[in-house]
Amino acid sequence: MLSVSNLHATVDDKEILKGLSLDVPAGEVHAIMGPNGAGKSTLSYVLTGRQGYEVTAGGATLDGEDLLALEPNERAAKGVFLSFQYPLEIPGVPALTFIRTALNAQRKARGEPEVTAPEFLKLARAKAAELKIDFDMLKRALNVGFSGGEKKRMEIFQMAMLSPRFLILDETDSGLDIDALRIVADGVNALRSPDRAMLVITHYQRLLDYIKPDRVHVLAGGRIVASGGPDLAHELEREGYDKYARAA
Amino acid sequence: MSVLSAIRTRDAAELPGKRDEAWRWTDLRGLIRQVPEASAAFDPSSLRAGPFDALADEVIVVANGQGAAHIGVEPGETKVVALRIVSRGDGAHAARISVDVEVSGRLTILESYEGEGAYLGQTGLAISLAKDAAVERIVLAADDADGVTVSQAEVDLAPGSSFAQTALTSGARRQRIETVVRHPGGHADLRLDGVYLLADRRHADLTTIVTHSAVDGVTQQLTKGVVRDQARAVFQGKIIVAEGADRTDARMGHHALILSDRAEVDAKPELEIYADDVACAHGNTVGALDEDALFYARQRGIPEPEARALLTEAFIGEVVDRILHGGARDIVRAWSAERLRA
Repeated sequence: MLSVSNLHATVDDKEILKGLSLDVPAGEVHAIMGPNGAGKSTLSYVLTGRQGYEVTAGGATLDGEDLLALEPNERAAKGVFLSFQYPLEIPGVPALTFIRTALNAQRKARGEPEVTAPEFLKLARAKAAELKIDFDMLKRALNVGFSGGEKKRMEIFQMAMLSPRFLILDETDSGLDIDALRIVADGVNALRSPDRAMLVITHYQRLLDYIKPDRVHVLAGGRIVASGGPDLAHELEREGYDKYARAA
Repeated sequence: MSVLSAIRTRDAAELPGKRDEAWRWTDLRGLIRQVPEASAAFDPSSLRAGPFDALADEVIVVANGQGAAHIGVEPGETKVVALRIVSRGDGAHAARISVDVEVSGRLTILESYEGEGAYLGQTGLAISLAKDAAVERIVLAADDADGVTVSQAEVDLAPGSSFAQTALTSGARRQRIETVVRHPGGHADLRLDGVYLLADRRHADLTTIVTHSAVDGVTQQLTKGVVRDQARAVFQGKIIVAEGADRTDARMGHHALILSDRAEVDAKPELEIYADDVACAHGNTVGALDEDALFYARQRGIPEPEARALLTEAFIGEVVDRILHGGARDIVRAWSAERLRA
């Protein structure tokens, strides 16, 4: 599904990713762990096409298609979704309006018919109930005045509504208490399927108790320096990133 | 010297220009060398329906200055009047409209400007509110890109009355919408809002002057606008609080988005306060669209032009939401959405 090879990327002329390679096949959940400053968020922004993140070498493909050649919205229409570490506030745009605009834009880009207002509202009510989101909150401006935890839950709500194929979760556990974490993890796990894949970026192992990864990668110094099964996350939790940070 | 006298005398020297402090950013003298001949009259019955016709009890059409009108509201009466100012051709014309709302009368004025041609038009409105009268005035100015228009309203409030205005414009070759309010205090309530959405080389000037002459007056103003291409917006908001006009509460905000390097916004908020016990504040900001929010919207699949329109619409939405008349608010919102996607 996602294939990243020898990816080099700079931010403000500073090289952050230094030859990162990674394969995430369909149906799998991969975790990326690493110390602060290793390049975890940079990877998520490069894959989604944020301005200011320049790819200097290497590439990334989704189902064989060059992801880096596409506009951010085209990547989204192909099914790439990033749950932001710090979701943005969108003053004046009700959450439902925003999500419906996004959903219909994606469908249009894929040549699918737009969803009607009643269909959309029915879906939104169902997903909001699953994620224990008060429906009235969806009528308010997106993320404006929401707590950190509410914003994260709203990311997962958008994810559930847009039904992406490749999910990137960037530090989705930060700001969540245990109950909220469980709800969010349930929401993410509900999207696990043989034709989807996920990249879970996290600093702590905690999230991985709820979203169980198939593979764990250690990102340090802009490269993947170790890969293993789920046990690797526990080892990192016990022993820290020191030896990998030094190796990088 | 005024636009009106220039049109009447056909003397371009009568036009205000950049040497006049109040007109320095809307220079008509430098723009118009020769005042055009008087516009020919035309039959307004050939026009298609105006933007607010369906909402009004009464529709008044002023065509090339012809059909000067009086709008009267009896004590306790409530009505909605659509006032259409239509210009055709390359001539000059002026119109006078007087509005009198008697004690406890309620009036909604749905005023629209539209035109085709390189005309010079001036519209003067004298609006008078008796005690406890309430007026909402919505101005939708959709002039021709080649037109030059000046709309000048003088508003007299009585104690206990309320006047709420929202002026929306897409500009013209040069355009000014001016509102002068004599505010008597006495718990009279004033709201003066504005929205400008300017593209290409269009120009719009929203100028307001409010004089609080006695105690206990409230004024709130919120103007928001967007300029792109080589458009130019002017906002001049002046609030004068006379000596003794204590307990005046006046707030003014002007916020602009500049979407291109060659677009321009000139803003002059002025508070002149001669009373001691007042609450006055003004805020003025000029900025660009939030790039992070733009990326966020695009990551969700919204193409850049639509993302920009959505965020811009939301930015001016704060002003549009303050319109009291629901039907007019919907029309104005749809008009704005269309302008932002044009």
